[in-house]
Amino acid sequence: MTKKLLLEKIDVPGIKTYDVYRREGGYRSVEKALTMKPEEIVEEVKKSGLRGRGGAGFPTGLKWSFIAKPEGIPRHLVVNADESEPGTFKDRYLMEFIPHYLIEGMIVSSFALGSNVSYIYIRGEYAWITDILDQAIAEAKQQGWLGKNILGSGFDCEIYTQRGAGAYICGEETALLESLEGNRGNPRIKPPFPAVKGVWQRPTVVNNVETIAAVVPIINDGGEAYSKIGIGKSTGTKLISACGNINKPGVYEIDMTISVEEFIYSEEYCGGIPHGKRLKACIPGGSSVPILPANLLLTTAKGEKRLMNYESLSDGGFATGSMMGSGGFIVLDEDQCVVRHTYTLARFYRHESCGQCSPCREGTGWMEKILKKIESGNGEMKDIDLLWDIQRKIEGNTICPLGDAAAWPVAAAIRHFRDEFEWHVNNPELCLQQNYGLAHYADDIQVPA
Amino acid sequence: MIVFSDQKLMEVKEIISHYPDGKQKSALLPVLHMAQEEFGGWLSVETMDYVAGLLHLEPIEVYEVASFYSMYNLKPVGKHLLEVCQTGPCMINGSDDIIDYIKQKLNIQVGETTPDGLFTLKTVECLGACGYAPMMQYGKTYREHLTKEKIDALIEECKVKNN
Ligand SMILES: Cc1cc2nc3c(=O)[nH]c(=O)nc-3n(C[C@H](O)[C@H](O)[C@H](O)COP(=O)(O)O)c2cc1C
Ligand code: SF4
Ligand code: FES
Repeated sequence: MTKKLLLEKIDVPGIKTYDVYRREGGYRSVEKALTMKPEEIVEEVKKSGLRGRGGAGFPTGLKWSFIAKPEGIPRHLVVNADESEPGTFKDRYLMEFIPHYLIEGMIVSSFALGSNVSYIYIRGEYAWITDILDQAIAEAKQQGWLGKNILGSGFDCEIYTQRGAGAYICGEETALLESLEGNRGNPRIKPPFPAVKGVWQRPTVVNNVETIAAVVPIINDGGEAYSKIGIGKSTGTKLISACGNINKPGVYEIDMTISVEEFIYSEEYCGGIPHGKRLKACIPGGSSVPILPANLLLTTAKGEKRLMNYESLSDGGFATGSMMGSGGFIVLDEDQCVVRHTYTLARFYRHESCGQCSPCREGTGWMEKILKKIESGNGEMKDIDLLWDIQRKIEGNTICPLGDAAAWPVAAAIRHFRDEFEWHVNNPELCLQQNYGLAHYADDIQVPA
Repeated sequence: MIVFSDQKLMEVKEIISHYPDGKQKSALLPVLHMAQEEFGGWLSVETMDYVAGLLHLEPIEVYEVASFYSMYNLKPVGKHLLEVCQTGPCMINGSDDIIDYIKQKLNIQVGETTPDGLFTLKTVECLGACGYAPMMQYGKTYREHLTKEKIDALIEECKVKNN
């Protein structure tokens, strides 16, 4: 069994409420943190090796140390709860079922960063979760964990929730800050980075929900203890939201030493693939990361078992690897059509492009149209090359990484499943009735009993 | 008349107090959510102008924002809005069948409203419930693990509410 940190108490009845949460040891990290110096907390987070859980994996302690501290200008912590990357639903789970965990982590982090007013920017559709968080904040405030002079430390802190209104792009940190200011979610050109000029031009740290929650065990047990869980630069535990063709979709907390194979097939996690079907492919880190065929998913190109961590998932670069991303794990069985799946993702990115840069605005539209054309049996061979060409022209040529995020899934689908695209072109009628078999990809994969 | 009740106006004031002085524009998204809920499930020009006045903004600033975010309806919608997710993970789990079933059952296409003004069907992109697919947003909550039976039950539920 993996050591659980964030989800250790998730099944305790009533853990949503303050009383039970506190009885189970909640808010201890605030008591401890307020006896430390803010710099010492940053130091612990550095020692822990914690990397941002929102997708990019940037070291959190380092990010915190970049925050500018100009005299007389307030600083802010903004928690990114926009969670809109297809395949990702882990933050929601934490906020819905153990909301005080996030609030506790935010108080400690706000103290470390010197933020007296911190915000949770949550996707607009999570309306009932916003109510749960508001309730938790009110309870914490009533108990003296928020407000003025917390525990007599002299530190003041308020937390407010802010709902978005349906825009994936607002998960990108600068678009999020624009949205928090009441504007359209158009990403800003960087630099300046948010750590220098963030919300209302004030120094701001934006962190994912899970990142901020992880600060609680880091302060309770020390950064070093946290760094000993996991392997290499993948320290601590990670929440994975698993979906698609698996027996047990859901949110799992893993220690990053387990193999992908164990994650998919063991009863502790996904429980294998329904109806004894075979594994065809998987998008291991949210819709933006490259899809991998079964063989490259389970073993790296070097023939090593692939593990569920930052380094191993990206082993082989984009040629033969993928990424940890946001931890949104999407499994496709032998019956799934990669062209069709990729088409739905292209449609998603076209819908979500903010439209500021032409390669992204136009390119995502073209990719969607061409994929639709191939998927519906009207494709030509040259469309596949055109698709490849378009994605290359988007990548790296845009203001924010949404352009890359739209290009990568298409690139990887063509890279690993080109014959499936060609089969669609060559079998315009058949492709509407049946899917291209997988035998080709995974014949050599032994499905564990 | 497009005017918030005193209680709602207090809520607006409370929201504005979350931001630094002079930054009341930050309250725009939450106040638009409130306005949509209060004034018929969509944002008419009149509603947006009212919100602009409340927050001391130019009307254009409000239109610009309202048109950017997909949760704001700029056209009237039915009393019950069914928003079914159609992105990859939901598609794998049969969202297409669910969408077809609703279309057939209500005899409308995606984006349309039933003639009695009761139901509007929309498709949306990933709502962060991929493990509980297929799913839809209905009001402030999610309906997950959808089946035809659950759709039948929901539609009945809506009709009963309306009587
Ligand atoms: C298009 C796009 C969408 C994003 N969506 C999210 C999101 O929903 N949640 C999130 O935490 N980070 C998201 N990110 C990453 C954020 O920009 C940012 O890196 C992150 O919130 C930093 O927090 P972390 O260091 O704790 O991961 C997104 C990035 C891009 C480019
Ligand atoms: S890459 Fe796309 S989403 Fe990002 S700023 Fe440019 S147009 Fe907007
Ligand atoms: S794909 Fe439908 S909720 Fe994520």
